[in-house]
Order: sequence, then C-alpha cells, then structure tokens
Amino acid sequence: MRRVGLALATALLAAWSLAPVAWQLLTAVKPDAQITRTPTVYLPDPPTSRHVTALLARKPMAVYLANSLAVSAVATTLAVGVAALAAAALSRSAAASRDRALLGLLLLALFPPILLLFPLYEGVRALGWVNHLPGLALPYAALNLPLAVWILESGFRQIPRELDEAARLDGLGWLARLARVQAPLAAPSLVTAAILVFIFCWNEFMLALTFMTRDSHKTVTAGIASIGGASIYEIPWGQLSAAVLLATAPLVLLVLVFERRIAGGLTRGAVKG
Amino acid sequence: MDDLRGEAISKVFPGGARALEQVSFRARAGQVLTLLGPSGCGKSTLLRIVAGLEEATSGRLFLGERPFDGVPTGQRDVGFVFQNYALYPHLSVEDNLSLGLRARGRPRAETAARVRRTAELLGIGALLQRRPGQLSGGQQQRVALGRALVREPRLYLLDEPLSNLDALLRESMRSELKLLFRRLNATVLYVTHDQAEAMSLSDEVLLLDDGRVRQCAPPQELYARPADLFVATFVGSPRMNTWLGECAEGGLQLRGLRLDVPAGPTRRPRLWVGLRPEDVEVRPTPFEGAREALVELAEPLGDRVLLTLRVGGESLRALTPPGARSERLWARLPPERLHWFDGQSGARLDPRPTQAV
Repeated sequence: MRRVGLALATALLAAWSLAPVAWQLLTAVKPDAQITRTPTVYLPDPPTSRHVTALLARKPMAVYLANSLAVSAVATTLAVGVAALAAAALSRSAAASRDRALLGLLLLALFPPILLLFPLYEGVRALGWVNHLPGLALPYAALNLPLAVWILESGFRQIPRELDEAARLDGLGWLARLARVQAPLAAPSLVTAAILVFIFCWNEFMLALTFMTRDSHKTVTAGIASIGGASIYEIPWGQLSAAVLLATAPLVLLVLVFERRIAGGLTRGAVKG
Repeated sequence: MDDLRGEAISKVFPGGARALEQVSFRARAGQVLTLLGPSGCGKSTLLRIVAGLEEATSGRLFLGERPFDGVPTGQRDVGFVFQNYALYPHLSVEDNLSLGLRARGRPRAETAARVRRTAELLGIGALLQRRPGQLSGGQQQRVALGRALVREPRLYLLDEPLSNLDALLRESMRSELKLLFRRLNATVLYVTHDQAEAMSLSDEVLLLDDGRVRQCAPPQELYARPADLFVATFVGSPRMNTWLGECAEGGLQLRGLRLDVPAGPTRRPRLWVGLRPEDVEVRPTPFEGAREALVELAEPLGDRVLLTLRVGGESLRALTPPGARSERLWARLPPERLHWFDGQSGARLDPRPTQAV
C-alpha cells in the first residue's frame, strides 16, 4: 500500500515537473498554425524542423551557449574554490563563531539581487567590464559564495578530525591538507556545490541582460530574450521553444553525468567506528 | 637520541575543565614510557600536547636540552598512531604510508624503498594497493603503525593503538609491538587504560588519575610498591583487597578481624590495608596464623580460581589453584605482603624493618 502510494506520488511529481518540458518539445516541432489554434492541438501533425533551422539561421545560438559555458565555468570554479577555503577554516572553528559566520552568510544570500543591480552595473562599467566575461563571472561567483560555503562546510565537517590531525603530523600544510585530504574526501559535496552554482549561473538572466549588450557576448538566457518576431504583435513561439530546449540540454546532461557522485558515500573506511 | 622531558604541564580547556595539573615526566631515549590511567585522566591530552595537536596552558617540553613546545606540529617529527587509526580512506595503503615522506619532499626512490621496507617489517607488503576500507581491523592497525614507522621519527606516540582489536589479536600485537620497539630502539610514549598492556610493554609507567601523576615507576615497582591506594587498586588484576580500619594498641581493627600493625610510620589512627588476591594463602585445613574463611563465590579462571571469601565480617578475594573445595577453608594474610596506606590521604606507609616491633 505504502509502495503504491510512493510510486503514485513520484509519478505525479515527475509529470508535474516534466509537463512544461514536454510542452516546449512539442511546441518546438509544431507547425505555426497549430501552436495557437483553439481547441488546443497537442500532437504536431506533421512534426516540423522549420523552427530549429530558422532559429539557427537568425541567432548565433552556438556563441550564446559558448558564452554561457565560459561565464558559468569561471564563476563556478571561483565560487567553489574560494568557498572551499572558507569552509575548510569554518569546519574546524569553534561552534559559536562558526555558526555566527554561517548565519551572516545566509543573511547575505537572502539579500535580493535586484537591489544590487545598479551598484553592480556602476562597478562593472567603471572597470570597463561591460561586455566582458569577468563582468558576469565575478558577480556570479560572489552571489553564489554563501550557498557554496554552506554546502562545503557541512561536507568538510563530516571528515573525522583525526584525519586532519594525521595530515598535520605528516607535515602537510593547510593548503596541502585541503587539496590532498579534505577535498577528495568531500568530493560529493564539492560536486553538489559546483553543480548548483553552475545551474544558477547558467540560468541567471537579470545581470546577463544588463551587462551584456553585444550579441557576441550574450549568454544563452539573454540571447533567448532577444528572439523577437517580425512585428511586436508576433511572438515566434516555435523558435523560442527550440532555443529553450537547446539551452536546457547541457544542464540535463551535466546532472546526469554527476548524479552518482552526488549520491556517493562520504568517508567510508576512514576511521574504525 | 635525546630524552623527552615534560615540566609541570597543566592543561585547562576553554570550558574550564582541568585535564592536566602540574604533570612532569621523562621519556628516556630508546625506552617505552606508558601513560596509564582510567578514561578521562588526561593521558591522551598529554600525548596530544607532546604531538603539538594541543597546546599546554602552562609548563614546558624539552627534547634533550632544546625546548620542544615551540616547534610547529608538522616539524616535530613524531610518529603518531591514532586509536581509530585515522587512515586516509581515499588513498591506497602505499599512499597512506608515503604521504608524509612526499610532503617532506623526500626523493621518490628513497620513499618507495622505505615504504617497501616498512610494509615488509609489518607483514603488509601484499596489501599496498588496497584501500583502508578493504582491510580488516588488524590490517588497518598495521597500516596505522606503518605510517608512524615509515618516517623513522625521533619519537613514537601511540594513543591506545590496540583498543579496537579483539582480545586474541590484541595480545599477539602487544608482543609484536614490544619486539618492534626493541628492534627500532625507539623512544615511545604509549597511552593505554589497559594495565596488562602497560605492564608488558613499558620500561616505565606514568600512572595518571584526574590529571595528576599518581606514580611514575617501572611496572614491577608499580605492582610491588604502589605509591598510594589508587595505584594499589588500579594496578593488578583481580584488584587488591583493601580495608579501612581504626588503629589501636598496635593492631588494626576491622570487622571481626584484627591485624597487627608494624611499628614506625604505619602507626596512624586510621589506616587502609591492602592485600593482593594472589598473596592470600588458602588451605583446606587449619594451619598456623590462618583464619576460618567461608566461600561465598568461586569464579574459575582456568589456571586458577578466584574465591570470594568471608573472613570475620570482611570480604576477601583470593586466587587459588583449581581443585576440590569445601565451603569452609582456612586463609592466612601474610603480614609481609600487606600494603599500608594512610587513612586520610591514601599515601603509602612503609614500615621500617630496622625498628623492632
């Protein structure tokens, strides 16, 4: 009985989550006339590749994707790298000061990013980084730092203290301990943090739209926003859907590849319990 | 090689808990000094202070004549064996052993040779490519030991290294450790709460209780001349019989039992007297100096039987050879085997044989 309930709930949740994706997929291959017709046409008849070809002809989707990849990768590396340093220190600090620092980070994370938009824009412009990669990568890394620190800190804290002490006695400095002992043991946390940060960077729209004005530097979210029709009364639903699918596919692949690492065990065999 | 000395080491934890109070000790070069005591007595804290994992609140450490407490943890050159082994779970046995050498920038060939030598010495040569998770408890223990040995440090620190092994393995590892320490001529600080381990491994034992040194002596002396009541009852198994009584007219009055008190400093108004179970003389028939004893409990230990007897109103435990027994026996408490302690402080009182009774 409980099993059936669980299966049903899982199916419902999956349907709820996947329905919009399925709708996008269907729209991307539906002839224009059928997209807006009432009553709704669910299955395209016949499926068409017109939207995809039209999209690729009009917009440099490959460039958008490459920009997104570059910005997200740099931001993720920065955020996770800096967060690892912070988390390694925090996980070995006294409980009271550690909790204060983590709470402070949480408050920072709760600060609405839209309030940062104009100060950030002024900063990015003053540095001459409008339409340059660091203009997005640095703010992304900073905005995601609290999340990454939280995830990594809890991962590092699970590493038995004796391992750290053994490494100290083995003559490893703090950086060597982080690289050779803590990071490998907290690999699942590192992967989790990296994926979450990467997804956030990939999906980010507001800063991308504001800081990247040239088509050659737009990330994929800003790029999709620039897809318009011949007139303001026409919305190219088919092309938009195709673009959204193209933008989503890399993320899905990423998560599928690393899924096992995320679920992987933590510190088996470290110390005898 | 130099002696390691600790002078008046005290440790107070941030919460206010006192772990060590004015502990002084000397670990002689090439010898094994065991820190023995019940759990919570501060012995592990002392070991961690020597390793540099904790800082003493006050007191000094010296290696030879040079101060040792200012040396950074990573440069103290100590081999440490953790109670729970603390092997790097993501590294192979080989890498577990070699990490410390590589971190110190030793040449690759030398590192490999040392790892091989150590692995062979400990009989783990065939396990070098395995991960700690794939090893049995005994094998993990050897790897942990190997990680300390491979660097050939000037000081070995072992924190209850055998406590996670089962009884059989513990005993064979104990003998093996003793041989190993002798072979390496190693200076060793060995923490344990197991007195059998302390007795068999040590050149000297530092017995701690509640952060204070109770006695520091070779194992045999610890057993034969315990410095106070605590040492007397902590060392020796089964534990020493002890009774508290009032002293009057050269005799100690116990419940239904009177013992002659030797002259000299032992003549105090209140006295503790102790007698080890193995020192009690028990026979089936009356003999000189013996008292009647009723058997309350007999616990066979294999080679001997531990009897709980009632002599007068006091309970007395005695180790006797196995064999047929009746309910009634005769027991003698040999006066020369009695240990006397002050009724208040518990300090040992030695009768002076020169003063005639």
